Amino acid sequence: MAGLTLRDVRKSYGATQVMHGVDLDIEDGEFVVFVGPSGCGKSTLLRMIAGLEEISGGTVAIGDQEVNDVAASKRGVAMVFQTYALYPHMTVFKNMAFGLKQAKTDPAEIDRRVKAAAEILQITDYLDRSPRNLSGGQRQRVAIGRAIVRDPEVFLFDEPLSNLDAALRVQTRLEIARLHQRLKTTMIYVTHDQVEAMTLADKIVVLRDGRIEQVGSPIELYERPANAFVAQFIGSPKMNFFGAGDLPQTSTTALGRGLSDAEEVGLRPEHMVPCSEADAAVQGTLELIENLGEYALVHLITETGVEFIAKTEQPPAAAKGSVLSFSVKPDLAHYFDKATGLRL
Amino acid sequence: MATITQSSKLGNVLWPALAWMVALIFFFPIFWLVFTSFKTDADAVKPEFLFSFTPTLENYANMTENYDYWRFAINSVITSSFATLFALAVGVPAAYAMAFDPSRHTKDILMWMLSTKMLPAAAVLYPMTFLTKNFLGIFDTHFLVILVLCLINLPIVIWMLFTYFKEIPKEIIEAGKMDGVSLWGEIKDILIPLAWGGIASTALLTFIFCWNEAYWTVRLTTVDAATLSKLIEGNRAPEGLFFGRLSAVSTAAVAPIIILGWFCQKQLVQGLTFGAVK
Repeated sequence: MAGLTLRDVRKSYGATQVMHGVDLDIEDGEFVVFVGPSGCGKSTLLRMIAGLEEISGGTVAIGDQEVNDVAASKRGVAMVFQTYALYPHMTVFKNMAFGLKQAKTDPAEIDRRVKAAAEILQITDYLDRSPRNLSGGQRQRVAIGRAIVRDPEVFLFDEPLSNLDAALRVQTRLEIARLHQRLKTTMIYVTHDQVEAMTLADKIVVLRDGRIEQVGSPIELYERPANAFVAQFIGSPKMNFFGAGDLPQTSTTALGRGLSDAEEVGLRPEHMVPCSEADAAVQGTLELIENLGEYALVHLITETGVEFIAKTEQPPAAAKGSVLSFSVKPDLAHYFDKATGLRL
Repeated sequence: MATITQSSKLGNVLWPALAWMVALIFFFPIFWLVFTSFKTDADAVKPEFLFSFTPTLENYANMTENYDYWRFAINSVITSSFATLFALAVGVPAAYAMAFDPSRHTKDILMWMLSTKMLPAAAVLYPMTFLTKNFLGIFDTHFLVILVLCLINLPIVIWMLFTYFKEIPKEIIEAGKMDGVSLWGEIKDILIPLAWGGIASTALLTFIFCWNEAYWTVRLTTVDAATLSKLIEGNRAPEGLFFGRLSAVSTAAVAPIIILGWFCQKQLVQGLTFGAVK
C-alpha cells in the first residue's frame, strides 16, 4: 500500500493545455474521489496516474517513487474501466489471471489468488464462463477482480458504475465501499455523480477545466464549499443563488446580515423552511411541486426572475401562482464574491 | 389489409425470382466455361452443341500432359501464399499502430496509401519491366511476383485491418497495458484473437486477389515464375482459338479459388460481422 503525491502535474495536447498544474496529496489507504463535470480533466488525471496518458509536466509519485517514466504495469496500480474492458476471448478465470501470467507468477499462486478474489466478489461460479455470458454487474465484478488479484498499491476506478442500471449502481457502490473497508488499499475513483462521491469518499477532489477547485472531506465540501462552483456541484438539488436585489426587505433580519451588490448568497434547498411573510429570507411564486412522498421539491421563481427550489417535508398547501416565504438559519447561508465566486 | 397481404405475397414471389435471375446471369459464364471445358475444340464453337454433346476429358489430359499445369499451379500457390503472408506481416502492425496510436497524419497516410491504387498500372509498365529485367535482374522470379503482389494489395490489406481493429475497444488494449503485456504480447494475445475473423477474411481476400491478378503476373514472368494467369494467357492465341482447351485451363485455374471461397464462406461472413459483437 502507498500514498500518492502529485506536484504541478500538467497535461497538454499540442498547444492545448488540459491540466493546469495539479497539486495533490493522497494518504495511504485513503478513498479519494475525483469529481467534476464532463471535460474537467478528472479521467485524464486518473489515466496519467495509471500510466496510460503521458505526463507533460510536473511529477507523479506513488509511495516514495516518482513514476513519470515508469510503465503502467510497473507502477503497482490496477485500473477498473468504465466499459469493463474484459478480454472477450478469455474465460473469467483467464481474464483475472492474465496480469499475473504476464508477471510470470507461479501457476499455483495464480490459482490461489484468482480463487481468493473470486470468493470476495462472489463470482466463483462464473470462473469458467466467458464475459459475454455475464450480466453487466457480473462483468463489473470480474473487472474489479482482475484488479484485486494483482494486489496493487493503488486501485483506480474510472466511472465504474455508469454502465449499470440504477438499482445495480447502488448495490455495487456499497460493494466497493465494503471492498475498501476490507482491503484498506488506497483507491482513486472518478465519477461525475456527486452522490457516489459523497457516499464513497474519505476525500473529494472537485475539478473544473483542468484545475482543482477544492479538496476536502464530503462534509467539509458540503458545509464549507470554497467557491460557488463547488457549492453548486455538491448537494442535490443544487444550491440556490441570490443577488442582493432578489431578496425581500425582511431578509436582512432573517439572515442576520445584509447583502452588498458585489456578493451573492447560496441557500441549500433542504435548508429552506416555510415561514410567515414577516420572517421571510426568500420569497417566490410557486411554479410546480414535485411530490416524492418522503419529501417534496417546490419549484419557485422570485420577482426578479431567479428560479429556485425548496425541499420540504410536506408539499405546501398552496396553488400555482401564490407567493410563498422561506427562512434559512443564518449559519446555513453561504456567501460568495459575485465576481470571483470565492467564499466570503 | 387485403392489399398489404397481396403485395407482400407478390413480393414473396417477385424478389426471389429476381434474385435467381441475377444469380443466373452471374453464374452463366462460369457454367458455360465448365461445360465447354468438357467439349472438343470442334464442338465448342458450334451453337447447336450448347447442351447436347459428348463429354470428353481430352482437354484436361492435354493440359496436364502438354502444358505442365501443375508447375503453373504451384507457382500460383507459392506466390499468392507468400504475398498474402508478407502483406499481413506488414499490414497487421501498421494497421495496429494507426488504429490504437493514431497521429495527426494517420488519416492522410491512409488516403495516400489508397491513392496508390489510383495509379494506372500501364503507366509504370515500361519502367517496371526495364528495371526488373535489365537493372535488378529479378524479372521472372518468384521474388518479384511475390513482391509485386504484396505491394499492390498492401493498401487494401491495411485498410481492411484498420477497419477491423477500430472495432476493438481501446480500453481492452489499455487493460492489457495495465496487465503488463509486452507489445508483441498485445498483438499476439489480445489483438489477433480479437480480430481473428477480420484477419482471416483479409487474408482470404488478399489470397484471392493475388491468385486472380493477371496484369503484372502475365507481364513480369515468362517461364520460371509464371502463374495460372500466364497459363491462360499463353493458351489464348498461338494456334488460333481453342475454346475447349482454353476453357479447361481456365476452369482448372479458377477452381481452387472457388473451392477455397466456398469452404471459407462461414469465416468470411463471420469476419465481416465480427464488429457487431463487442
